[in-house]
Amino acid sequence: MSGHSTYQPQNKVLQWLEKRLPIGGLIYSSFVVYPTPRNLNYLWTFGGILAFMLGVQIVTGIVLAMHYTPHVDLAFKSVESIMRDVNFGWLLRYLHANGASMFFLAVYVHMFRGIYYGSYKEPREVLWILGVIIYLLMMATGFMGYVLVWGQMSFWAATVITNLFSAIPGVGDTIVTWLWGGFAVGNPTLNRFYSLHYLLPFVIAGVVVLHIWALHVAGQNNPTGIEPKSDKDTVAFTPYATIKDGFFMAAFCILYAWFVFYVPNFLGHADNYIPANPAVTPAEIVPEWYYLPFYAILRSIPDKLMGVIALFSSILVLAFIPWLDTSRVRSARYRPLFKQFFWLWVIACIGLGWLGSKQPEGIYVIMSRIFTVYYFAFFLIIMPLLGIFEKTKPLPNSISESVFGAKA
Amino acid sequence: MTTVSSAEHTRRDFLYIATGAVGAVGAAAALVPLIAQMNPDASTIAAGAPIDVDLAPIADGQIIKVFWRSKPIFIFHRTKKEIEEAEKVNVADLPDPEPDSARVKPGHDQWLVVIGICTHLGCIPLAHQGEYDGWFCPCHGSQYDTSGRIRKGPAPKNLYIPPYKFVSDTKIQIG
Repeated sequence: MSGHSTYQPQNKVLQWLEKRLPIGGLIYSSFVVYPTPRNLNYLWTFGGILAFMLGVQIVTGIVLAMHYTPHVDLAFKSVESIMRDVNFGWLLRYLHANGASMFFLAVYVHMFRGIYYGSYKEPREVLWILGVIIYLLMMATGFMGYVLVWGQMSFWAATVITNLFSAIPGVGDTIVTWLWGGFAVGNPTLNRFYSLHYLLPFVIAGVVVLHIWALHVAGQNNPTGIEPKSDKDTVAFTPYATIKDGFFMAAFCILYAWFVFYVPNFLGHADNYIPANPAVTPAEIVPEWYYLPFYAILRSIPDKLMGVIALFSSILVLAFIPWLDTSRVRSARYRPLFKQFFWLWVIACIGLGWLGSKQPEGIYVIMSRIFTVYYFAFFLIIMPLLGIFEKTKPLPNSISESVFGAKA
Repeated sequence: MTTVSSAEHTRRDFLYIATGAVGAVGAAAALVPLIAQMNPDASTIAAGAPIDVDLAPIADGQIIKVFWRSKPIFIFHRTKKEIEEAEKVNVADLPDPEPDSARVKPGHDQWLVVIGICTHLGCIPLAHQGEYDGWFCPCHGSQYDTSGRIRKGPAPKNLYIPPYKFVSDTKIQIG
């Protein structure tokens, strides 16, 4: 976004507006002529997919809010009334619930792309950290949204997660009472979660604006990890990236639609169709799939406080990756050892997710501990050391050389 | 975007237009549920189903109020005097001309059933008040007669008649 805009509108009205609020020029320079590396693969579409899913969640959420009642005696019924009575209510509810899952699926692919290609490295450290902040906000929003249904899982997930804060020595119980607004999870808790669940997506939208701004300052990373050196290395965002992203977003929406229309309750838990009962805890309390890896990490540590610290650390450690990874080479394409450790780490994440759905006993606990150790070792030991000891493959001279061969 | 010689339509042009058209259809289809969800839902419509009202307990000259579809309905058991007053009026003199016979069911002219909302700005008029033995609206002074017709004041129309029918001599179904 540097230099004078080349936007010259032909239409007189647009010229008038451009002089007073140059939004046309902003869109033109950011999304039309914006120089985009010509070698981006489909993994780079997930940023756009995420922005789209945020829009979907906000729109479906606002219309659902027209019919939902945030009171302990009425909440569950109001959700069922949405499903049965409201015109297209079933569709809006399934879009919103499965939309959350698709949102998290996309964010994990997006984050894995960032780690694999070194997109967090200089000068994109702030971009990466803004992303971690967005992720944390997403987790809070998703958690509170699930509580609003006021089923058995909603209620007991709220109890478990708010109780985590009681591990804090000294002030823990005071904090938990403050969160609850009472002596246990109850109506005050539900009401404030509703307010915050409506608020946070707009906070996310604000941070997304900063995230895209930070991206446009540095420019996109690309699969080679080397910066564009000339105009030959880039193409205009429109039509190339626009159409490519449009195609992949449509494919993503097909997957989304498959869940919504054919298996809308597959990713959910049957117990959440039982109204919340504060007197009866379900046989197993499990969060939604996107929280399972962290749930496994929490339960693998035998000490209460250390488990909570491990849980929060497993997310916060992400913010430090730009400094933990000492390698001068960005992309894992040219880092053979890092590539292997990375895939082992992906397996560990998926393994932790699977283990999070199991009861914490026997072999599952042992495996959770092994994977948790590897999860942290990847960031705290492997990343710093590999930068010093790894023999990287030779980098291409330019992006266009990697695409066209040495002739370019 | 590179310019194309205007004489030829290329495949790219076709693809752009086709994609845009499908996109526009998709966008319109996406809007349908978002707008339709604000219409009354099935439970609201069910709550607006016809209601039966028993007329037997209503004394001569008494007016009762029931609710149907969240609207107040006045049911007036008119005395002979009140029926005569309603029928004797010169219809052409009325602000909203309508004969009394058009506002009651044949053979049941002692029963007047009207929606109790002033046709001016929506207040509920007060019964057995005003100069015409009908209703008086305290908000802006509209006055209705024993047939619920506007006689004086800013209201433009007579009190509206809801859909209703007699299921027996002593019972009506409104709606």
